[in-house]
Amino acid sequence: MSKRIDVKDLNVYYSKFLAVEGVNIEIKPRSVTAFIGPSGCGKSTFLRTLNRMHEVIPGARVEGEVLLDGDNLYDQNVDPVTVRSQIGMVFQRPNPFPTMSIRDNVLAGVKLNNKRISKSDADNLVEKSLSGANLWNEVKDRLDRPGSGLSGGQQQRLCIARAIAVSPEVILMDEPCSALDPISTLAIEDLINELKNDYTVVIVTHNMQQAARVSDKTAFFNIAGTGKPGKLIEYGETATIFSKPSVKATEDYVSGRFG
Amino acid sequence: MTSATLARRQSSLTKGKLPSYAVWLVLGAALVFGAAAASLVGFSAVSWGLFSALFFLLGATAVTAVVEGGRKATDSLATYLVYGAFLVALLPLLSVLWTVLERGLPGISYDFLFTSLNGVTGAVDNASVANGTPVLGGAYHAVVGTLQITLWATAISVPIGLLAAVYLVEYGTGGPLTRAITFFVDVMTGIPSIVAGLFAAALFGLLFGPGTRTGFVAAVALSVLMIPVVVRSTEEMLKIVPNELREAAYALGVRKWRTITKVVIPTAISGIASGVTLAIARVIGETAPILVTAGFASAINWNVFSGWMSTLPTLIYYQILTPTSPTNTDPSTQRAWAAALLLILMVMLLNLVARLIARMFAPKTSR
Repeated sequence: MSKRIDVKDLNVYYSKFLAVEGVNIEIKPRSVTAFIGPSGCGKSTFLRTLNRMHEVIPGARVEGEVLLDGDNLYDQNVDPVTVRSQIGMVFQRPNPFPTMSIRDNVLAGVKLNNKRISKSDADNLVEKSLSGANLWNEVKDRLDRPGSGLSGGQQQRLCIARAIAVSPEVILMDEPCSALDPISTLAIEDLINELKNDYTVVIVTHNMQQAARVSDKTAFFNIAGTGKPGKLIEYGETATIFSKPSVKATEDYVSGRFG
Repeated sequence: MTSATLARRQSSLTKGKLPSYAVWLVLGAALVFGAAAASLVGFSAVSWGLFSALFFLLGATAVTAVVEGGRKATDSLATYLVYGAFLVALLPLLSVLWTVLERGLPGISYDFLFTSLNGVTGAVDNASVANGTPVLGGAYHAVVGTLQITLWATAISVPIGLLAAVYLVEYGTGGPLTRAITFFVDVMTGIPSIVAGLFAAALFGLLFGPGTRTGFVAAVALSVLMIPVVVRSTEEMLKIVPNELREAAYALGVRKWRTITKVVIPTAISGIASGVTLAIARVIGETAPILVTAGFASAINWNVFSGWMSTLPTLIYYQILTPTSPTNTDPSTQRAWAAALLLILMVMLLNLVARLIARMFAPKTSR
């Protein structure tokens, strides 16, 4: 498990509006990559192009290549569903399925696709995924309760468990902690550190301390002004980006001088 | 009451405020003065109520204005007007319920519920009036007809309506087709029910020869009325399903149609179910389209594909318009009222079922 991602000259459009321009980035397997930058600079938009979630929005399209272990996601014959089953995603707001129990939420990726799974396999998968998301001990006695009854932080970890239950190669996280309190944030950050052992993790965050804590590499995105496309300004080792970045804008941003 | 007694009972925080019993005092006074004023123009419950309401409104506003000031007076005036509007809206409903209960209850009997009007002639009614025996014949055939026709109408309109709504919300991208469907659904909502009946009658007349009247034709007519209601309510329900749930499913590698059938519709099912039930309640009382499509029968007919059928509304219509016995109309009137009561009960039951369904399917949030 875990694959590398190479992005080549990627332009992202909403209808005619160019949202992100000319991104080139290489993301290594079994690493955590953080995207930082001011609001509206296209981090989340770019993240969503990595598993073809971008095109769910009407009129959205992409130019360029995103290679997953050398295979272009945007090749003509690629089914977005296949892409998404290999590249999972965790969203900003925890979104467990309200009609399903905790157990069914974890099994959603299997059950919604009508794959047959024996009860013991399902039990194992639920325990493995929930343990992987550091949630097992908290919910093991109430697996049949609705997932929406959990706290925000638990719901977010449930969503992570749901994402890793389909055993993806890559996990994308779009500001997974922005709706959570510091304790839950800490739990998620610990989890990200563990996930790194098995998956390629890409995380968008507004919290620079968080980027510094969890990521191996950091990409800084910026936007020249309203209506202009977002661009990848600098990409490098997290330590470098936060201590001696090579671009002035990056330094200004990470030192809090703007944004 | 004097200000001295008030001052003793009130804290400084409630100073300049009317005590809570003041409104009841004003109401009592308004009722007394209302009675007096009403007797001047001819006393009746209506004039008494009208005058009392007027006096209460003026009195309460004036008292509030004097004690609490103008802003509070405007507030209380608006509050009482809102309450008044509520009561006015409630009155016809209660009146209808009361009248139907009062006149319909005597007609409800085992005989009424489980026999048809087959063989009940004017002579039978005349005899029961002359001998003072219970009225014979009932509405069983009409109950059967109502249930059958409504069931078939539902079976036709729910799949069409549901799928149309799914198209509009999930697949339609605001293109010409989406706008056309939305427009025609809106137009269909405004179709007079008799036109829907004539449409179905004409359609089946073309297909199976003129004068084709069966329960199924009526069901088609009713589904013309039902479809727009189902589309509209389902569309609204699907729209309020958060987009995040769809994205969560897509991100798990779930196909769009599976996302719709397994995530979107289950999340919205309670709203959809109650919308469908309300649509049924809306068409179950239709008279005009049934008259031109299913005709009228006095015998039990379980087969919607052949023979004329009665429903409760058409039974009521015919019993009032052409009583079974022209000389003794009382038995027919009694049957009509009893049928009306039965119809109201059925609609109420449907609404209850809708609430139950909504509660049963509602997303669970308990911890």
